[in-house]
Amino acid sequence: MAQVSMTVNGKAASGDVEGRTLLVQFLRENLHLTGTHVGCDTSQCGACVVHVNGKAVKACTMLAAEAEGAEVRTIEGMANADGSLNTVQQAFQDHHGLQCGFCTPGMVMSASALLAENPNPTETEIRAYLEGNICRCTGYHNIVKAIMAAAGQDVSKIAAE
Amino acid sequence: MPKDHGIGASPKRREDLRFLTGTGNYTDDINLYGQLYVHFLRSDVAHGRLNKVDTTDAAAMPGVVRIFTGDDFAGVGGLPCGWQVTDKHGQPMQEPGHPVLAQGKVRHVGDPIAAIVADTYEQARDAAEAIVLDIEELPAVIDMKAAVQDGAPKVHDDLTSNLCYDWGFVEENKAATDEAFKNAAHVTTLELVNNRLVANPMEPRVAVGDYNRSTDESTLYTTSQNPHVIRLLMGAFVLGIPEHKLRVVAPDVGGGFGTKIFHYAEEAFCTFAARQLKRPVKWTSTRSEAFMSDAHGRDHVTKIELALDKDNNFVALRTETYANMGAYLSTFAPSVPTWLHGTLMAGNYRTPLIYVNVKAVFTNTVPVDAYRGAGRPEATYQLERVIDKAARELGVDPIKLRRQNFITQFPYATPVAVEYDTGDYVATMDKLEQIADLSGFEARRKASEAKGKLRGLGINCYIEACGIAPSNLVGQLGARAGLYESATVRVNATGSISVMTGSHSHGQGHETAFPQVIAEMLGIDESMIEIVHGDTAKGPMGMGTYGSRSLAVGGSAMVRATEKIINKAKKIAAHLMEASDADIEVKDGKFHVAGTDKSVAWGDVTLAAYVPHNYPLEDIEPGLEETAFYDPSNFTYPSGAYCCEVEVDPDTGRVTIERFSAADDFGNIINPMIVSGQVHGGIGQGIGQALLEGAVYDDNGQLLTGSYMDYAMPRASDVPFYTVDHSCVTPCTHNPLGVKGCGEAGAIGSPPAVVNAVIDALHSAGKTNVTHIDMPLSPNRVWAAMNA
Repeated sequence: MAQVSMTVNGKAASGDVEGRTLLVQFLRENLHLTGTHVGCDTSQCGACVVHVNGKAVKACTMLAAEAEGAEVRTIEGMANADGSLNTVQQAFQDHHGLQCGFCTPGMVMSASALLAENPNPTETEIRAYLEGNICRCTGYHNIVKAIMAAAGQDVSKIAAE
Repeated sequence: MPKDHGIGASPKRREDLRFLTGTGNYTDDINLYGQLYVHFLRSDVAHGRLNKVDTTDAAAMPGVVRIFTGDDFAGVGGLPCGWQVTDKHGQPMQEPGHPVLAQGKVRHVGDPIAAIVADTYEQARDAAEAIVLDIEELPAVIDMKAAVQDGAPKVHDDLTSNLCYDWGFVEENKAATDEAFKNAAHVTTLELVNNRLVANPMEPRVAVGDYNRSTDESTLYTTSQNPHVIRLLMGAFVLGIPEHKLRVVAPDVGGGFGTKIFHYAEEAFCTFAARQLKRPVKWTSTRSEAFMSDAHGRDHVTKIELALDKDNNFVALRTETYANMGAYLSTFAPSVPTWLHGTLMAGNYRTPLIYVNVKAVFTNTVPVDAYRGAGRPEATYQLERVIDKAARELGVDPIKLRRQNFITQFPYATPVAVEYDTGDYVATMDKLEQIADLSGFEARRKASEAKGKLRGLGINCYIEACGIAPSNLVGQLGARAGLYESATVRVNATGSISVMTGSHSHGQGHETAFPQVIAEMLGIDESMIEIVHGDTAKGPMGMGTYGSRSLAVGGSAMVRATEKIINKAKKIAAHLMEASDADIEVKDGKFHVAGTDKSVAWGDVTLAAYVPHNYPLEDIEPGLEETAFYDPSNFTYPSGAYCCEVEVDPDTGRVTIERFSAADDFGNIINPMIVSGQVHGGIGQGIGQALLEGAVYDDNGQLLTGSYMDYAMPRASDVPFYTVDHSCVTPCTHNPLGVKGCGEAGAIGSPPAVVNAVIDALHSAGKTNVTHIDMPLSPNRVWAAMNA
């Protein structure tokens, strides 16, 4: 066991972990931040995406020890200071970009990272960026639409509700 | 102007707030005091005799509390099957035992052999590696047709063969059907595979068993679509725990798609072990475990023949299907290729004679059961593929051939034992032609060809049977359960309402849509109504969510219970206003005396029910809570027409979906936003089946597609925006809301549209020798077909 310390959602966090403890385990089990999900064991699904020092990272792909000293942000740290949904979260609700909710934290974290890198992405760029995030419920239609809306684009011409 | 509340409105989903902020409560988020962890040691061979499981060294490993093997379950029931199919000779299907942990033999890769319970997951996994197994490997049977040959190795030594049943439907039609084929002007034949799929809800399965020594009560937290069904199956058939001592909780569930209907060994194990050890026991599936322990879907091999007369009217249809059951009978497996498949073979068409033969086969693979659509996608795929092939052989337009044979008179009794109450297949086809812009296709094809791509257009029509199901009917067909739904509407003193339902929401948005119905009936604000589900301790018996049944059956139960509430509330209101209850009308959240300006508010009535100072106590009891059970009188029959446009790269065989349009008739719609989302998701899964997905075993029974590295899940870049429309409405005639169900349509309607489109693209380049390619239409398969 070794101690790790990092900043999570703006607060100092530390704990004793095994060398093999993954960042996602540390977040879920030590810090009880269960919004970050585990959907696979091969770093494919993206349900565990968090931000580490501002970059989207699959928290199942990184050891907790590797995050020593890092700034980590999870879905629990995404809402506005007054607790209201931020722009990306609100767009997901407005455009029905989630159903069962399990992939949603990772989708929101990836979408936010995309918009930080590329504030006005095309549909094609959004779809390509989401290659590491699998959703089984939505057929991606409303996720892509929500991200376009979060970027301030007019999505009223995109078919259906 | 669209409505902003009540039936037909699209309020934002209230459940989204917790899911978007990381405060959902999924089963893996539940951790109990003193909790232990279990890891299952699973078979890595497909078929073998289990000579010895030596746990001596493993039991001494750090943190290990106890290791269980099959011997520990000798006195415990096996996992039950919920449906008994009768074969064409009138004999019951062969029904093997299904132990919680393997006893004597292992029968598929992933079959659980031992369960290691330890203080941590890591310790349990480490200890599993110290278990010494003596397994005598036996030849595996993987291919279904080989499995039913004489002399094939038997999956179950105590059965006469690997044939579960040989089902004929309708057996009395067989001779007439065969005769019609002899006299047909044209017969089109097609052999195809409906590929084996893994449902893959994004949340893997989880079970947490708990035991309360002071009350002798067990609680199971589990990722289930139907917690009451799990309580019944596990309590009554496996562990022998009566319902009043067993609670099953399915909190937020991260998708189901069928594979979370069934009762699994891990659920029974965690409940059993918690009782044995007097401590909570938790299991969280890895994705790799999910691939080899969640029930798979589809996996049919079919020969279908369509007979037409000289005027291109369908005169007879004949099919022979081999349906994989896997190594054991999962909960509802036998019903899928039979009653959920054969009964749909008429599709949208007037085909007077139909005969369906299904041979269900045991193999050394993971059990196969319902996956989104369950039997209906298999029926639609073969029917719509053979119709398309017939149109090409006859040189007629595939839409025209379909239109010519549409059922147009309702109700319509099919030759496969169901009666469609309503539908308008001409209307959905007309709508499709409009939204898909079929008239612009040739221009789009030319544009594709200018880029060096082939463009194809594929059409598909579907009918499905939803709202499962009339209990007396399914009882005759072999179901060992009723298929009603219940609702308790509890009106609180201040007027807020808790609705307890057996329907379970795992993405469908019940918490938002169901209050729309009740709010509409009572004229009150939706925010006053809360849907309570997923906990057997909180609601009456329920049958759960699958088969697009929640609104049609569960919603109908809510309507019935709310009607009882209204009837009682009217009596209270009449008393308060000194009027006759026959004169009371409910409008805008108030009770009015008809023809007067007298009214009393909803809250005054509800308060009077619980503070009955001025109350007709001689006539009615205090309180305002009603329960209804609704058992449907028929299935519902959603239908629609779908269109897919693809581009095929002739150099690589890669297929891309360029446009996808869906015109559905779901009857009345409660929340159009949610309905569209359901269709989008179904289409996404259907495109996945058509182009990407396939669970593959090698000849030894090793699962070659055991992770997301190997099993191709659809990504965002694999699909386009979809155009969906559900403005064609023929309300269901036999449920109070006139609703039909929308959850599975997309997955049923899309695979044939995609495959038909690819064949069309190849034909446009003169590849007319390619009449079929089996799914998934990978670049390799398409290229090989083009270059054969």
